[in-house]
Amino acid sequence: MKAAHYWHCFVGIQTREWLRFWQQRTRFASALVRPLLWLVVFAAGFRAVLGISIIPPYETYITYETYIAPGLCGMIILFNSMQGALSMVYDRELGSMRVLLMSPLPRPFLLVTKLLAMGVVSIGQVYVFLLLALLVDVEPPLWGYLAVLPALILTSLMLGALGLLIATWIKQLENFAGVMNFVIFPMFFMSSALYPLWRMNEASPWLYWICQFNPFTHAVEAIRFSLYLEWNPMAYGITGGVTVVLALLATAGFRPQRTKILGTSKPA
Amino acid sequence: MTIEASTLSFHYGDKPVLREVSFALTSGRFHALLGPNGAGKSTLFGLLTRLLALQQGDILLGGQSLKKQPAEAMRQIGVVFQQNALDLDLTVRQNLQYHAALHGLSRKEARVRGDQELERFNLLDRANDAVRQLNGGHRRRVEIARALLHNPSLLLLDEPTVGLDVASRKGLNEHVRTLCEEDGLTVLWATHLIEEVSEDDRVLILHQGQLLADGNGQAICEAEGTRDLAETFHSLTGAG
Repeated sequence: MKAAHYWHCFVGIQTREWLRFWQQRTRFASALVRPLLWLVVFAAGFRAVLGISIIPPYETYITYETYIAPGLCGMIILFNSMQGALSMVYDRELGSMRVLLMSPLPRPFLLVTKLLAMGVVSIGQVYVFLLLALLVDVEPPLWGYLAVLPALILTSLMLGALGLLIATWIKQLENFAGVMNFVIFPMFFMSSALYPLWRMNEASPWLYWICQFNPFTHAVEAIRFSLYLEWNPMAYGITGGVTVVLALLATAGFRPQRTKILGTSKPA
Repeated sequence: MTIEASTLSFHYGDKPVLREVSFALTSGRFHALLGPNGAGKSTLFGLLTRLLALQQGDILLGGQSLKKQPAEAMRQIGVVFQQNALDLDLTVRQNLQYHAALHGLSRKEARVRGDQELERFNLLDRANDAVRQLNGGHRRRVEIARALLHNPSLLLLDEPTVGLDVASRKGLNEHVRTLCEEDGLTVLWATHLIEEVSEDDRVLILHQGQLLADGNGQAICEAEGTRDLAETFHSLTGAG
């Protein structure tokens, strides 16, 4: 296979994802409701309770809305990636997954391209969310919108690969509710998305360490720092490293027979 | 192109699903893979399409091993799955272009090849319609057109007429036979419906994971001492 074949395939997978997104644009809009509720309602309620001191990357006192905006960007990607990866392997997209795997190109390439394509759609959602967040005075520097892009891509790949890994290996988590309770919520709440970790350390040191070991924390910090044009090598390093490991595990361990891609997981 | 499967065995856990299945398909012919539900047809298709990994035995497509050179082998195969594998919300053309891209074709090539196939299937005027608007028979035709986009030598169809009415079933079956004659395409058509098989076809009868018969339909009937394929199928499998 030549490089051109890979390129056409890459473009084809991206295009399809955008076409599907365009078909389901009402779902896209409703998916924005969740983070916006957090930003507008939850943050307003908690602003009075939680005082945020000056912590990097911020140079001044910030509102609680400003603090949680990067975490909510992460949340958008987290929900989308899990939902996307799960539907890739289970219900809705079974047919298209079979079609995908009929390609003569290497499967790791196909799967990573597919995860990237799903990520691009999530990232589109993140940008719309950030634009709406301007209405509640979350105003990162202009260049921050561009600087955050690599962090968003990395996060979407990391979480997409995690979703694929879960969908392939953990039979018990077949439905989205299971994944929400055992993966999404723990990852989201045990991270720096909603509260700075020093606060967590004051409340419970062991919870603090769980948050530190949660890769989502570092993804959120990578998003936060880049959005404010600060370089956080540790956050990027951990997110990047975890992404590579998860992507390798997810693509190498992906076996159609472990999923329902054949239409049945039982002997046919 | 010759297709050879040698000593294919497959098991899910402890349960054997295919046992030492060997056959060779003749280039440019229509082959019917006949078997009752649960015979192992879909598993065999899973192996031929690499959705399942080979556990024992190998499949050679034009001399290329599916185990050792999967990419080259996969380029030779077009597949129509039992269940619909089209994006219902996308148009016919968008579906075709997606498939073409997966096989490394450029947008321009995809457009040309897609239109050629759609024209042949009398569906060119539906190219910009969403697949959802098509009836079952037309959807199946689109799936076959899609499977042929990258000019494969082998077309695999896994119970392609499931859910279609009698007239559409017959039409589709005849259409695929024409493809064999016109393009020299090798076809493996899996079914449990005896009426889709003619006595002149090469017939492979699979039952409980074993290949019970392999040869010309008429010859099989003669060997079994039966009047027709339906009786043969019944006597060999207890079904039909």
